Amino acid sequence: METLTLGKSLNLGLRKALEADPKVLIMGEDVGKLGGVFRITDGLQKDFGEERVIDTPLAESGIVGTAIGLAIRGYRPVCEIQFDGFVFPAYDQIVSQVAKMHYRSRGKLRLPIVIRIPYGGGIGAVEHHSESPEAYFAHTAGLKVVTCASPTDAYFMIQQAIAIDDPVIFFEPKRRYWEKSDVDTSLPLAEADPLFASRVVRPGTDATVIAYGPMVRTAMDAATAAAGDGRELEVVDLRSLSPMDLDPVYESVRRTGRLVVVHEAAGNNGLGAEIAARVTEHCFYSLEAPVLRVTGFDTPYPPSRLEEEYLPDLDRILDAVDRSFGW
Amino acid sequence: MSKGERHTDNSGSASPDGAQRGRAVAAKGARGSGPPEPDFVQLLNPDGVRVTHPDYEVDFTDEELRGLYRDLVIVRKLDTEATALQRQGELGIWASLLGQEAAQVGSGRALRPQDMAFPTYREHGVLYCRGIDPIMPLGLFRGVDQGGWDPNEFKFNMYTIVIGAQTLHATGYAMGVAKDGKVGGDDGEAVIAYFGDGASSQGDVNEAFVWASVFNAPVVFFCQNNQYAISEPLERQTRVPLFRRASGFGFPGLRVDGNDVLACYAVTRAALDHARHGQGPFLIEAYTYRMGAHTTSDDPSRYRIASEVEAWQAKDPIKRLRRLLEREGYADDAFFGAIEDEAAREATSLRERVLSMPDPQPLELFDNVYPGGSPLLDAEKESFARYLDSFVPAGGGH
Repeated sequence: METLTLGKSLNLGLRKALEADPKVLIMGEDVGKLGGVFRITDGLQKDFGEERVIDTPLAESGIVGTAIGLAIRGYRPVCEIQFDGFVFPAYDQIVSQVAKMHYRSRGKLRLPIVIRIPYGGGIGAVEHHSESPEAYFAHTAGLKVVTCASPTDAYFMIQQAIAIDDPVIFFEPKRRYWEKSDVDTSLPLAEADPLFASRVVRPGTDATVIAYGPMVRTAMDAATAAAGDGRELEVVDLRSLSPMDLDPVYESVRRTGRLVVVHEAAGNNGLGAEIAARVTEHCFYSLEAPVLRVTGFDTPYPPSRLEEEYLPDLDRILDAVDRSFGW
Repeated sequence: MSKGERHTDNSGSASPDGAQRGRAVAAKGARGSGPPEPDFVQLLNPDGVRVTHPDYEVDFTDEELRGLYRDLVIVRKLDTEATALQRQGELGIWASLLGQEAAQVGSGRALRPQDMAFPTYREHGVLYCRGIDPIMPLGLFRGVDQGGWDPNEFKFNMYTIVIGAQTLHATGYAMGVAKDGKVGGDDGEAVIAYFGDGASSQGDVNEAFVWASVFNAPVVFFCQNNQYAISEPLERQTRVPLFRRASGFGFPGLRVDGNDVLACYAVTRAALDHARHGQGPFLIEAYTYRMGAHTTSDDPSRYRIASEVEAWQAKDPIKRLRRLLEREGYADDAFFGAIEDEAAREATSLRERVLSMPDPQPLELFDNVYPGGSPLLDAEKESFARYLDSFVPAGGGH
């Protein structure tokens, strides 16, 4: 058991993946000597060489487009997109090419590509550095989309994502990069929780809160606060955004009768809407109140001095729980 | 065999006199004195006369020349048949290569077995040269599949419809070739990326040039400049001859007569060898003309005049090779007749097989979305199957 930050866990996970398979490559802007702007690839080029940890020219479509060619050649590229707001130049390559080649080739061509994207706000950054674009990708058939919320998940999920043949968009909650917890790095990868499974991270009886990525910590804090008020919230970490593993959520909602969905991304047409629709379909007779959403607003990501207002926080989650009980 | 050393030695830019000629071409265009007279590598002129070039040559036997003629005729015949199939409602759309046979057969035959090609959606001639059954792309245009051949089996990637996207795939693949240590000798592997004059404006193509250059990737960018991007003429894409773009990215480029199968072969073979020997990327601009419409949905009479098309008909790639074969006595009427018969048989076979292509089954639409499957899709497929089963079979008596 080691105490690791989420960022260091990713770094170790990437290192393990590079060790496990010589076909694994890391490519992106500043991932080499610098170790990435968040140091997630720190030391990897030094140990695995410039042929495997590749500083690329500054063009995101080029990163993903060449990764496709490398994958056709038999490599397993792990692309780093430096910030969430910079993924859009690569959007065509991701959506029109990465996502579709297996389907178009009727299964003959696999593109085992992982695209890592640090995402979300709360770090006081300038525009384009705090966005949550997961819905764009979760809406696209052919991509799998996951996000980690804890150092343990970061360590194992990145390795799992690299090991499978599905293309994976791997969202990393950048404001949680520095949060620490114990990680059992001796646990074999095969014994870690499945990549595409959600997980109840705090059991409770009164209402269910589902969150993912950076909002899991916020939801946990809200649950702690609610417990002080005598309400036991069950918190579910979604982990996989596409496909979503909602069976544990259905099971939870059937017990609690109430669900609050939390994400940083704007609410309109967001993942919360999909979750609400499915939970309504599956748990209609168990619901004591409509599924409520606590999300970013339907504005562009605001100037950082306003991000505390924009981002869902403990109080907004508790407010939604109160509204659910008051229905 | 082609030589091409001058170009391979000149890794920083196009040859100086090439650049100079390029300026002259641009200046002519700027004066508005009609279309610029292209300066290019040519080994067989429109009259079927062999011409020499200081850097490029071929030494085909007469049998090999007849083989190239056969390729050109069959490729055109299959293309014509596909257009007819579309007109008869058997294909949803067809992107004809009419007029570009020499560029495709010349470059396609220059590929060595170990070389990998990344086509657009118009490379039916290259596909043919790779030994792929010409029926394969017709599934895409008929709508029964999405062109699902195995790229690694045929060393020919799937057609790419998003303009220019495949140039990055080719470059990445070429980077992988280099990583695998498969460059540097005669048995090295090279990669060829096909694209068009319109695609030269795409960011992806320019990014591919950057990547190929800085990573010294063994990739040949083969631009078929057929003068039109649907309706937009070349002048809307560029102010300089396209081959000169390469020099700004730091690798050689040159223009070849795209209607001259011998020159296309020689130049492509040399460029591929340049790449396979570890000397990096190369840009070829094959100067040709799209004789037909962009696709069967297009109406070129809205944007170009008949005299322009007629001028290009005089440069037809097949006629000029036939003239050579006839003049040199390499082929007789019996040969030409036999080729026509063979092409007709291939076309008939293609037609019959297109008409008998089975439609995909409804539930197949869920297949192969993910290598690892998806519970969401499993559930949707199951639900849709139940829905389909809920219909009373035909003749069920209700």
